[in-house]
Amino acid sequence: MMMNPSLKNLCKVIPGTIIQGKWHHNRYTIIKELGFGANGIVYLARYNNSQVALKMSDNGMSITSEVNVLKSFAKVQGSALGPSLLDVDDWERPGKMVSFYVMEFIKGPDFLTFLQQKGPDWTGVMVLQLLADLQLLHENGWVFGDLKPDNLIVTGPPARIRCIDVGGTTLQGRSIKEFTEFFDRGYWGLGSRKAEPGYDLFAVGMIMVNTAYPKRFNKVSGGIGEIIGKVKQSPNLKRYETVIFNALTGKYHSAREMREEILQIHQPDTYSRSRRQQQKTTSGNQGRQQQRTTTGKQGQQRSTANSPMSHSMAANGTARQTRNSYNKKKSKKSSSLLETVTIIIVISVLYFVYIYSQIT
Amino acid sequence: MKTGTIKQILLITDGCSNQGEDPIAMAALAKEQGITVNVIGVMEQDVIDDQGMREIEGIALSGGGVSQIVYAQQLSQTVQMVTRKAMTQTLQGVVNKELQQILGGGKTVEDLPPEQRGEVMEVVDELGETVELDVLILVDTSASMKHKLPTVKEALLDLSLSLNARSGDNRFSVFVFPGKRNDVEKLLDWTPKLESLTSIFAKLTTGGITPTGPALREALSYFNKKRSLRSLLSRDDESFFEESV
Repeated sequence: MMMNPSLKNLCKVIPGTIIQGKWHHNRYTIIKELGFGANGIVYLARYNNSQVALKMSDNGMSITSEVNVLKSFAKVQGSALGPSLLDVDDWERPGKMVSFYVMEFIKGPDFLTFLQQKGPDWTGVMVLQLLADLQLLHENGWVFGDLKPDNLIVTGPPARIRCIDVGGTTLQGRSIKEFTEFFDRGYWGLGSRKAEPGYDLFAVGMIMVNTAYPKRFNKVSGGIGEIIGKVKQSPNLKRYETVIFNALTGKYHSAREMREEILQIHQPDTYSRSRRQQQKTTSGNQGRQQQRTTTGKQGQQRSTANSPMSHSMAANGTARQTRNSYNKKKSKKSSSLLETVTIIIVISVLYFVYIYSQIT
Repeated sequence: MKTGTIKQILLITDGCSNQGEDPIAMAALAKEQGITVNVIGVMEQDVIDDQGMREIEGIALSGGGVSQIVYAQQLSQTVQMVTRKAMTQTLQGVVNKELQQILGGGKTVEDLPPEQRGEVMEVVDELGETVELDVLILVDTSASMKHKLPTVKEALLDLSLSLNARSGDNRFSVFVFPGKRNDVEKLLDWTPKLESLTSIFAKLTTGGITPTGPALREALSYFNKKRSLRSLLSRDDESFFEESV
């Protein structure tokens, strides 16, 4: 999109420029431009020998808006989704005042570059991290809005996904302010632009699609069929097909639900492996999934048979057999019932034989 | 705080006017009546010449609105962005006026320390979500716009999708210029949804001159007509809306 010429000129700053705030009098030395978005330009700057990111815009209100979001992020415990806010101020240039804010500099490749370097094995892990963060964000009443790989950076090691542009973050129930067509469910004709968790989850689904189609693709007539067709063509996306389908059609009510289904996709292998280990060593201590499996009780599994969690909860004894066919809930239920009945019959027959032998 | 309805004219064109009144003057007239004029210049392979560019910027400037020149592919995003931006601008103006009365001495939001600005912005955001919005869309259908019209239609549908996600009411009406007989022709009367455009747009014929000035004048008078009509029926009108919701 062509930018407003005024915006570009006003905020264009050459490296070496010193920016001093009007209110807090902090001095920042511009190192280089990091990028620009619809609402301003982000620079890498030096402050007291540390590197910071500085965003400025001649539209003071959009700066204020983003600062509001970052401030409320800061109140969310344990959230690492957005960068942390360091300073807000105005810079008085001759003729015009420019508002800016300073945030933590998040260093690393963007999401797609990271995956190109590390391979598709990392897709699942990164999406899981992202969904955990989104869950926290949604719980606090926000929706990220303009979620796309360009706004995601992977720092590390250890690899950790972070969001760098909070310009689109909106209170739930309001309308989405900023979006990118490819990641917008409205563009594909698959939903409204109301800020609700499902809006972000659609974007996560499209981010997964984007990993296989780095150049993205344009809408022909819109609709789910068009996107799923592309998903089916990609060998890397095949395992995520159901998850992507559910995310794009608004089947998930929370990021947690989606997260658990992705965990499940990655589970079957871990499962058989961990089960073998479990049979050797009685104390399960081999990683997260394993720990979760050992806490599961057979009874719990029955009662929560419809929730995705139940698949990851292991059960001892009778339920073990059923795990092989856990994809088909129906058959699983009936087979476990059959099993129980068989066991009861066998035991009662044995018991009857035992009693009979005692009597005679 | 209770604000009235925000009124906007959205002009979509690809070049310079060549007949009738000066469109920049007409835009200034609109601003005097509390109506904001936004302009989007649509390019394809062709580039809008200097004169056209100046006119587009001039109309938006004197109409108190926002202007943007885009390639046809980016029209959808731009239409909603421009509308929203202009709406926020108007609301900021309203809030600034209130603040000036409170603070005195011609002070604006920019004179507040950044910490307090945030609270003002929250008010603007809240208003932007709930205020009623009337947008009169004015589409240039001169010959050069012919193959851009499907994109314009898409963009307008997208606009209604975006704005209808707000909790406040929206009303749109669509005019094209030049019309079959007059300078301007009404395509769609005030309606909250633009879906009906799909069938109408297919039948549109393009060609002829570009009477941007007269089109703006007509649009203005249409706004006024509606206002007087509504003031007559305002009570009934409101209760009707409540019932229908």
